[in-house]
Amino acid sequence: MADTSKPATRKAAIVGGNRIPFARSNTAYAQASNQDMLTATLDGLVARFGLQGAQLGEVVAGAVLKHSRDFNLTRESVLGSRLSATTPAYDVQQACGTGLEAAILVANKIALEQIESGIAGGVDTTSDAPLAVGDDLRRVLISLSNAKTLQDRLKAVAKIRPGQLVPEIPRNAEPRTGLAMGDHAAITAEEWEIGREEQDELAVRSHQNMAAAYERGYFDDLVTPFLGLARDNNLRPDSSLEKLAKLKPVFGTGEGATMTAGNSTPLTDGASAVLLASDEWAAERGLPVLAHLVDAQTAAVDYVHGGEGLLMAPVYAMPVMLARNGLSLQDFDFYEIHEAFASTVLATMKAWEDAAFCKDKLGLDAPLGSIDRSKLNVHGSSLAAGHPFAATGGRIVAQLAKTLHEAGPGKRGLISICAAGGQGVVAILES
Amino acid sequence: MSDWYRDFANSGFGTTITKQLGLPRPAVLRRYEPGQPLLPGPAVIGSAGEGRLRKALTELLQAEGVHVQSPVTADGATDGEKPAAVILDATGLRTPADLASAHDFLAPAIKRLRATGRVLILADPPSQADSPAQAAARQALDGLVRSVAKELRAGSTANLIHVPEGAEGSLASPVRFFLSGRSAYVDGQVMSVTAAELPAEEDADKPLAGKVAVVTGAARGIGAAIATVMARDGAHVVAVDIPAAGDKLAEVANEIGGTALQLDITAEDAPQRLIEHLRERHGGVDVVVHNAGITRDKLLVNMDAARWNSVMAVNLQAQLDITQALLDADGVLRPGARVVCVSSQSGIAGNRGQTNYAASKAGVIGMVRAWAPQFAERGATINAVAPGFIVTDMTAKMPFGTREVGSRLNSLQQGGLPVDVAETIAWLSQPGSGGVNGQTVRVCGQSLLGA
Repeated sequence: MADTSKPATRKAAIVGGNRIPFARSNTAYAQASNQDMLTATLDGLVARFGLQGAQLGEVVAGAVLKHSRDFNLTRESVLGSRLSATTPAYDVQQACGTGLEAAILVANKIALEQIESGIAGGVDTTSDAPLAVGDDLRRVLISLSNAKTLQDRLKAVAKIRPGQLVPEIPRNAEPRTGLAMGDHAAITAEEWEIGREEQDELAVRSHQNMAAAYERGYFDDLVTPFLGLARDNNLRPDSSLEKLAKLKPVFGTGEGATMTAGNSTPLTDGASAVLLASDEWAAERGLPVLAHLVDAQTAAVDYVHGGEGLLMAPVYAMPVMLARNGLSLQDFDFYEIHEAFASTVLATMKAWEDAAFCKDKLGLDAPLGSIDRSKLNVHGSSLAAGHPFAATGGRIVAQLAKTLHEAGPGKRGLISICAAGGQGVVAILES
Repeated sequence: MSDWYRDFANSGFGTTITKQLGLPRPAVLRRYEPGQPLLPGPAVIGSAGEGRLRKALTELLQAEGVHVQSPVTADGATDGEKPAAVILDATGLRTPADLASAHDFLAPAIKRLRATGRVLILADPPSQADSPAQAAARQALDGLVRSVAKELRAGSTANLIHVPEGAEGSLASPVRFFLSGRSAYVDGQVMSVTAAELPAEEDADKPLAGKVAVVTGAARGIGAAIATVMARDGAHVVAVDIPAAGDKLAEVANEIGGTALQLDITAEDAPQRLIEHLRERHGGVDVVVHNAGITRDKLLVNMDAARWNSVMAVNLQAQLDITQALLDADGVLRPGARVVCVSSQSGIAGNRGQTNYAASKAGVIGMVRAWAPQFAERGATINAVAPGFIVTDMTAKMPFGTREVGSRLNSLQQGGLPVDVAETIAWLSQPGSGGVNGQTVRVCGQSLLGA
C-alpha cells in the first residue's frame, strides 16, 4: 500500500541572484546603512528579472549587526524598493548562517506550496555599526525620560557619571568566551594541525578564481555596482604566496600562530539577495531555473563546554543531510565551503577525512572522505570577496546555482557555512 | 539641461531684444506626447502636376482626425484656419516647368503656416525618371525642400520623401512621423520608402505593444531616452550596458518596467550571451537598437592604437558581430524585426579630433545600406539614425562658447534632445515602418555640418 501520509514536496527553484560588490569596512560604503544596501540589492534583482511592482510571496533577510531602528529592516527595504508594497517581509538572524537560513526558509514555504516566489537575502555593515550606551547610562536615560517634574529630571541627570559616556561598540567576539572568532578558529587550526602554507594557498586560489571569474564576465548577472564600486574591493587579482607569506599572524599565539590578515576574511560591508520560486512561477514569467534547493541541515556544537571548535558545526550537519539524501560526500560536482578563515575550510575537510573523528564525534562507520579540491570554491569565496556576515549565504547560493546551471542539468552542489555561536548550515543544490 | 537662450528669446523682453538685434530666435519645438493629435491644426494638400498620392494622403489624414483644407490659391484666398502642415504631392512632375506649380502652391500656403508647422513633399525618386528633364525636376525638389527648411522659422520643419511606383502602401508611417511631434528635430531631410508587406493597423498609442526591444548603452543619455520611449510605446525593453554602469542601468530598467542585462558588447562571447538571454527569457527579439558608443578623441597624428581600436570595437564591430549573430541564430530575430543603428553627424561631416569616431559612425551607414536587401527578404529592416548636436550630460561639460555656437548651427537654432533621437528610433522600430529600410535618418535640425 502506498504511503500517503507524507506527500512528496516540490523543490524550490533558484531563479537568480544579485548582490552589490562587497567593500572592506570603512571604505566605499562607509556612509551606507544596512537599509540602503539591502534596498539597492533588491532593486538590482528587480531590474534583472523585471519584478517592478510584483507582489512576491515574501522577502526574508537579516543583518547580524543591526541598529535598533532597523527592527523591521527587510520590510522597510521592501517598501523602499520597486517591489509591490504588498510583498510581506520578515527579518531573520543566525549570524553568518543568516543568508543561507533565509534561503531555506523561503524554499521550504515554496516546497510546501504556501508561497510561489520569494527573495532571501542578507546585509551587513561594520562601518555603519550600531553603538549602544552602557546599561548604567541607559537606566539613567530611561528614568530621565520617565521623570515628570523638573526636580525628578535633575535628580536623574545627576546620576550620570563620565565613565558611562563611553559607548559600547559591537565586537566580533563570542559573548560566552570573550574570544574573537579568529582566536577560536586559531584554536581549531592548531588542534587540526593546519599549516600556514596550505592556508595561504587556499587564499591565493580564492583570489585567483574570483578574479578570473570577473574577467570572463561570470559575475555580470550576479553583481550590480553600488556607490561607485563595480567589483569587490577586497579582491586582489595579483595575490601570491610570496606576498601572503610576508604577513604576520594576527590570531593565535607563539610559534604555532598561522592565521594572518591574508588568510582570514576582513570586516566587510555588503548585501545579497536570491530569487526563489516554484518552477511554474518561473516558467510563467520566462525566467530561468538555475538550480533547485534540494535539502538543508543546520547543526550546533557546544564550543563553550563541549570541547568542540566554534566553527565546526557544519562538520556535524553534513553527514545528517547526506544520509537523508542517500548521498556520499563525493557525489557532488561543486563544493562551496565558506572561507571565514582558510583554516576553517581546511579543518572542516580534515575532520571529514579523519576516521577517528568521524567515528567518535559523528558516529559514522567510515569517514566521509576527501573532497576533490578542483571542485572547491571554483569562482572564489569569502577570502577574495570579503564576508559581510549575513550577505555571504546569498552570495554563495546564487553563485553555486549559476555554476551548476552553466555545467548543465543534473549537476549537484554542496554548501557549507559556519556561523558564530557554534552553529553551521549546509545545503544541497541541484541543476 | 534647459536651453537658457531659447527660454530668454521666447520671453517678452527677450523677444524684443533678439528681434531688434537680429539674434537667433529658437522656438520651443512641438514634441510628441501620448494621446496628442497628429497635428495641432488643419493640413493643406496640393500637387504639382497630376499627383497619384493626394487621395490616399487625404484619406490618411482624415482617418487621423486632421481637417484637410483645399489648396490655397496664389491670390491668398483660404478656407479658414491657418494650416499646421503643408503637403505637396509632387509625383506628377514631368519637367522643370512643372515646378512652377509647386511654387504656386507652396508660397501662399507656407506664408500662412503656423508655428511648429510641417512642410512635407512627396516625390518619385530621381533615379527612376523617364528622362533627364524629369530627373532634373525631381532632383530640383532636393534643393527646394532644403532651402524651405532653412527659411522656415518658429520650430517648423520641411522634409522630402521619395516614393517609387508601387511603394505607396509604405507611406502612412513616414507621413505620420514627419507630421507629428516625434520628428521635432528632423529637418531638411530627404528619405526614401520601398514597397513592403505591412501588418494591419497598429495601436496608435502603443505601436510597439508586445514587442521585445534590446537597447544597448541604455544606462544613460540618449540610450536611456531610447529605452524610455520604446517602453512608452509598449515594448518590453531589455536594457543593456557594461557591468560597471549596472547601477544606472538598473535604475533605467526599473523606471520603465524593463529588464537590465549587464554585458560588455565587445566581449567575444557577447553575441552568444545576448542571444541565449533573449531565447531563454523572451523566446526571441523584435527590435535591436545598437546605441552603445564611445569617444576617444585625439588628432589622427597623435592617436594611439588603443584609442582607435576601442572606438572601432564598440561603435562598429560590436554592431556587426551582434547583428550577424542574430541573423544566424535560428528563430531569435523574429519576422518583421527592426534593427536600428546609431550613427552620427560626425560620420557624415567628419569632425576634427574624431577620425576614429567618425570612421566608425560612417561605417555604420555603409553597414545598414549593405544589409538592407537581406533584411527586406525576411520582412525586416535595418536603418541608422545620425544625431547632430544633442544636449546631454556630455555636451553640458563642453566650454560655454563651443556649446552655444555648436547648438545654434542648424535651422532650428538649438540643440536637439535625447528624446528626439529616441522618437526617430522608436518610429523606425514600428511594424508599420517596414517600407523604410537601409536609410540613415539625420536628427540634427538641419545642421550646417555635412549638410
